[in-house]
Amino acid sequence: MALPAKKRDDAAALLAAHPAPVGESRWATEAREQAAAWFLETGAPAARDEYWRFTNPATLISAEPPKGEAQPAEEPAIWSDVERIRIVFVDGVFRPDLSDDLAEENLTIEPLSDALSVDIHWARDVFGLLEGRGQAPVPRPLASLNTAVARQGMVIRATGKVSRPVAMRYLHEEDDCDAVIRHVIRVDEGASFTLLENGPAAARFNKCMEVEVADGAEFHHVRSQGREHERRAVTHIFARVGANALFKTFTMTANGRLTRNECVVEMTGDNGSAHIAGCCLGDGSFLHDDTVFITHDAEHCESRQVFKKVLRNGATGVFQGKILVKPGAQKTDGYQISQGLLLDDNSQFLAKPELEIYADDVACSHGSTVGAVDPTALFYLTSRGVPKDAAQDMLVLAFVDEAVQEIADERLADDIRARLQAWMARRRQG
Amino acid sequence: MLKIENLHVKLEEEDKQILKGVNLEVGPGQVHAIMGPNGSGKSTLSYVLSGRDGYEVTEGAAHLDDLDLLGLEPEERAAAGLFLAFQYPVEIPGVSNMIFLRTAVNAQRKARGEAELSAAEFLKEVRTRAKTLNIDAEMLKRPVNVGFSGGEKKRNEILQMAMLEPRMCILDETDSGLDVDAMKLVADGVNALRSEGRSFLVITHYQRLLDHIRPDVVHIMADGRIIKTGGPELALEVENNGYADILAEVA
Ligand SMILES: Nc1ncnc2c1ncn2[C@@H]1O[C@H](COP(=O)(O)OP(=O)(O)OP(=O)(O)O)[C@@H](O)[C@H]1O
Ligand SMILES: [Mg+2]
Repeated sequence: MALPAKKRDDAAALLAAHPAPVGESRWATEAREQAAAWFLETGAPAARDEYWRFTNPATLISAEPPKGEAQPAEEPAIWSDVERIRIVFVDGVFRPDLSDDLAEENLTIEPLSDALSVDIHWARDVFGLLEGRGQAPVPRPLASLNTAVARQGMVIRATGKVSRPVAMRYLHEEDDCDAVIRHVIRVDEGASFTLLENGPAAARFNKCMEVEVADGAEFHHVRSQGREHERRAVTHIFARVGANALFKTFTMTANGRLTRNECVVEMTGDNGSAHIAGCCLGDGSFLHDDTVFITHDAEHCESRQVFKKVLRNGATGVFQGKILVKPGAQKTDGYQISQGLLLDDNSQFLAKPELEIYADDVACSHGSTVGAVDPTALFYLTSRGVPKDAAQDMLVLAFVDEAVQEIADERLADDIRARLQAWMARRRQG
Repeated sequence: MLKIENLHVKLEEEDKQILKGVNLEVGPGQVHAIMGPNGSGKSTLSYVLSGRDGYEVTEGAAHLDDLDLLGLEPEERAAAGLFLAFQYPVEIPGVSNMIFLRTAVNAQRKARGEAELSAAEFLKEVRTRAKTLNIDAEMLKRPVNVGFSGGEKKRNEILQMAMLEPRMCILDETDSGLDVDAMKLVADGVNALRSEGRSFLVITHYQRLLDHIRPDVVHIMADGRIIKTGGPELALEVENNGYADILAEVA
């Protein structure tokens, strides 16, 4: 079937609006050209595409970004009490003056533009490559756009156990800022590394991250997508997980008009683990979409997806999660749960769980539920004197906690819990 | 203390009358027992008194001293000193017992204009109370009632009651599912709380609990009404003869 002209035109307009960098190394330029060609070939996403049915991409693909007023970022920033290496972006641009010194044992951090200008660089085996592998069987056009045009971001390599997490903070100042950020990460064999992300980011934010988790390595990612009401964001994570390696990512989203978080994970070594979790609190004009694709291509691997969405006042939650077990990926243990908690009758939760299994000795399960606050539990709590609002908050926090528990580091998890609580308290004050 | 007058209650969702004119008065410091066949409306009465949704009061009134109970939210009734030990305590995954109980205690104290308990004060108090009820303090860190045995759930209800120090305690079949020793513990827990200013309404099917908690008055409920009221000997009569004679008597 020929590509509809609109999809191609939209893609061309986006490429024109974000000119690709010039003067980079040959391998980088090739990767970018390949991505641009693929983007034109598949076209910009459209509401009729199979994986965009629940989430209208119109405002993500307009050549001009939609209006989005910048709001002051939360102070103090989340994880303020955690020893961390701070990297600050303002309107999608790295600001060394606001960031910490990037020197750290077992870690190298370079701005994307520097790394991509070097002729011989390890990033060559990751940049555009993991994203490219993630384009089939389901195209992820806005990630290929990111590969083609992103100028900002960090290239990070962990060569051993990194003691402090790297904390990226995305601040937003210019109202209608349209930011594109790309991170390329490699966690070497036996190394471990934690990445934190937070901040309102931009009016429109296209962020993509490739993560190579080598054999026996550990990667932890915790993200808080902040409070900005008008924000439109599309984010991608492409991860390749080696033997005996652990990949963990957790995202909390509060507010934001439109958020599409895609996570594409390939399990390529035996005994690997991948845990992808998230929770969101949506109020009013809010659409939050998690689209996850996990490919099991090795034996004895475990993957877990845990997603919880709390929705009210017409908010919409979307979950599209797929587990693909390739032939030979025996003893795969795949688990997936997605749940919506609707605090009123106007909100909705749409789920599309998929399993595709070509190995015979596997244990895969998935479940999806949608419901309201349990009136019996609410009565039990209030009958002990807990005010109704507080009781409902307790039940909401309890609901999302299964996802929050996926964060390995308790300090990071407790900060997420504190943010969730603060969000609910603010909401009640009106 | 508690005065229920001509209380008529139907289900909100369907046209089913459950309470058909209940009259009952529990004086300060008294212990009353309610017995009665399954489905006679005992739990419904306890739920309506504590403010559960789903019921419609079509006639009658219920007062806790001067307070019109039926117009209040459940948490307001609790703050006023009403407590219901549930027949089926509710499991709430994800909510820690300890946090729940502390929130409840402090919310009630706040509603009454009293100072809130600090974390340390609360912890000390709850440890002491739990010990007398033979409740493992580790258990309290777990989510509310999740994974508790039937007997543990019932003891947890009594622990909550002890911490909240209500003045009107309704116990709905707190003895069901308890072994002999646990029943003794629960009864001791109740007896320890007995005082001039505190009253109890004990719903039960068995004489045994009433051996430990000596009631002042025993009521028999059938088909949504109190059909007979007497002293402790009425419970013995039920134990020995069942309800047939009493039902025939009033028919
Ligand atoms: N929410 C409800 N929906 C339908 N029927 C109800 C509801 N609540 C109570 N009933 C009915 O009302 C009647 C009284 O129930 P209730 O639980 O009060 O009885 P009970 O005296 O406590 O019985 P038991 O001794 O078995 O605990 C029963 O017929 C019950 O089925
Ligand atoms: Mg009952």
